[in-house]
Amino acid sequence: MTAFGKLIRTTAFRLTLVYLFLFALFAASLLGYFAWNTRRLITEQITTTVNGEIAEITDMYRRRGIRLLIAAIGNRALRPGASLYLVTAPNGTALGGNVESLAPGVLGSSGWSETAYRRFGEQDTGDHRALVYVTQLDNGFRLLIGRDLEERRRLFGIVAHAAQWSLLVVIVLGIGGGIFVARRVLRRIDAMTGTTQRIMAGDLSGRLPVGRSGDELDRLAENLNAMLERIEALMVGLKEVSDNIAHDLKTPLTRLRNRAEEALARSGSEADYRAALERTIEESDGLIRTFNALLMIARAESGQARGNMDDFDAAVVVNGIHELYEPLAEDDGMTLHVKSEPVRLHGNRELISQALANLVENAIKYGKPSPVVQPLDAAAAARSREILIEARREGDSVLLSVTDHGPGIPEGDRKHAVERFVRLEASRTLPGSGLGLSLASAVATLHGGELRLGDANPGLVATLVVPALLGASDRLAAQTQDVPQKVA
Amino acid sequence: MTATAPEMRLLIIEDDRESADYLVKAFREVGHIADLASDGDEGLSMADGGDYDVLVVDRMLPKRDGLSVIGTLRDKGNRTPVLILSALGQVDDRIKGLRAGGDDYLPKPYSFAELLARVEVLSRRHGGPAEETTYKVGDLELDRLSHRVARGKDELTLQPREFRLLEYLMKHAGQVVTRTMLLENVWDYHFDPQTNVIDVHISRLRSKIDKGFERPLLHTIRGAGYMIRDGLR
Repeated sequence: MTAFGKLIRTTAFRLTLVYLFLFALFAASLLGYFAWNTRRLITEQITTTVNGEIAEITDMYRRRGIRLLIAAIGNRALRPGASLYLVTAPNGTALGGNVESLAPGVLGSSGWSETAYRRFGEQDTGDHRALVYVTQLDNGFRLLIGRDLEERRRLFGIVAHAAQWSLLVVIVLGIGGGIFVARRVLRRIDAMTGTTQRIMAGDLSGRLPVGRSGDELDRLAENLNAMLERIEALMVGLKEVSDNIAHDLKTPLTRLRNRAEEALARSGSEADYRAALERTIEESDGLIRTFNALLMIARAESGQARGNMDDFDAAVVVNGIHELYEPLAEDDGMTLHVKSEPVRLHGNRELISQALANLVENAIKYGKPSPVVQPLDAAAAARSREILIEARREGDSVLLSVTDHGPGIPEGDRKHAVERFVRLEASRTLPGSGLGLSLASAVATLHGGELRLGDANPGLVATLVVPALLGASDRLAAQTQDVPQKVA
Repeated sequence: MTATAPEMRLLIIEDDRESADYLVKAFREVGHIADLASDGDEGLSMADGGDYDVLVVDRMLPKRDGLSVIGTLRDKGNRTPVLILSALGQVDDRIKGLRAGGDDYLPKPYSFAELLARVEVLSRRHGGPAEETTYKVGDLELDRLSHRVARGKDELTLQPREFRLLEYLMKHAGQVVTRTMLLENVWDYHFDPQTNVIDVHISRLRSKIDKGFERPLLHTIRGAGYMIRDGLR
């Protein structure tokens, strides 16, 4: 497409053409109205003048006779800018006046008519027109008085001329303005298109230019920039994840492969092979688990799970998880306590349960008191092996927290700990995928909340903060206030 | 692994040749009869005509989607139990599958032991007797109405959850029950815990029902899960 073709295809240019047409129409009707009114005014003026003269001259004739009338007409005809006069005898011969010829039949009829005429002694043979009044006097004389219409004609000429010129000016200015506006818009759109093409080509750091006028194009550019920001963040996240997957899935895959290879190379007994195969299956199960967790996180982060939400009581979730993990904790020398009040929330129950389960698993795994710090007495020792699962309402939020009294996470590491696959140095030796906190965090984000990691002095408080279900929860809280709290 | 249930007739509708062949072979090895359909249309006509105990249906199939196969069968009044296999392992996909008329849902990748255990439980449900009020395995008795459990002459005291766990195991006595099946059916969770929570619950239950008795009833099936059965492995 040529530059000009592009230009005339712009919306701005097309709109200008529409406006142009409308303006021309408006100007033409304005001029037309003006011309028509002026013509009416001039005609009115002529009629008034002619009527006056007719009355005057008829009166003169009545009082003083034909002779004086002829003389008076002769006088009047000599004045500059004189009207047209003609007096004829009953036989049709002209007795006086300044008209040499008329269109045939004009004198025969009485009253107003428009006619071509010529004055005496006039050189040019051009067509003159006049508005004349013919009246019958006594004794068969006829009197004609009229006025030239040149003035009216000239006026029309002026109007037509003005119409031509103004139309020309309107068209020139309109098209010029259209091109100017279209080019301005086109330049900015072209700049945007150029940037988006660069972005599409892979340079995600590009941003659209935003002017200072705050007009619609600027707002569009701002919104597009915000969108690009989001896309870039997602792309960076994606890259990070794929890097992490590459690293953290490749490691166990390599291990898997090495074991299989080793078993194959070493000719062992059937029991050896069996053991190697069992380890292989175990390892792949771990991989599948990691993969599932990753998918779950991706799903929670992309917001897909929003379709599967309903209203439920957080206390039920807390008690359920407590019930599930209580024996495991006990086997591990920990005690699991629960403290909950009925709080309603709206969400994906399965995901919230899983997030809480991850926090509890973490607490059991990492929440053992550090061997360096020796508790002073048996009671303190028992306390340090307690894990508390809690559900409570705080303002408009539901807090689901798991508190342990282990070494905790240093403040500087907390933000880092939530990231995918991150396993803090201290825990590298323990089994786990490093996805537990990321999943919990993604679940909280999906519900419009967050995962908070805090200090339990000593220990870790991991809290899922999700918005409470307002209204219904207040009613429920009021209803169940007197009911003794169930402690599992 | 040996078949733990009487011979079943299975139809596997799966388009991936390799996994289909693997499944057919594996099911035949444990003594079941397995037929194979490799697309949705073929699967539908075979399922409609044949008298199968369980259908194993992949969700994504050429010609006709797995869910559509199930929906059409159900519309025709065919009640054959269906287990859906899917690479889409997420909770709402599972719910979608079950709503379409599936009876169980297993995300890929799965272990054959898990699949076999689920298929056998489904088949039993299909042709088995109506739900009984008491279950009996050896000298272990469970009364579902009065919530009483006794072994021989000894009355056993179980926690509510332990009772439900035992109830599920005894309902499927003689069949392998996997950890995920327990987590789904006894606890109603569909996620995969990273730790061996279920094993701990089982060992508690075992200490209550088997400890001090000569013949153990609750067995661990390596690489698969658990089974309650009177008799030795």
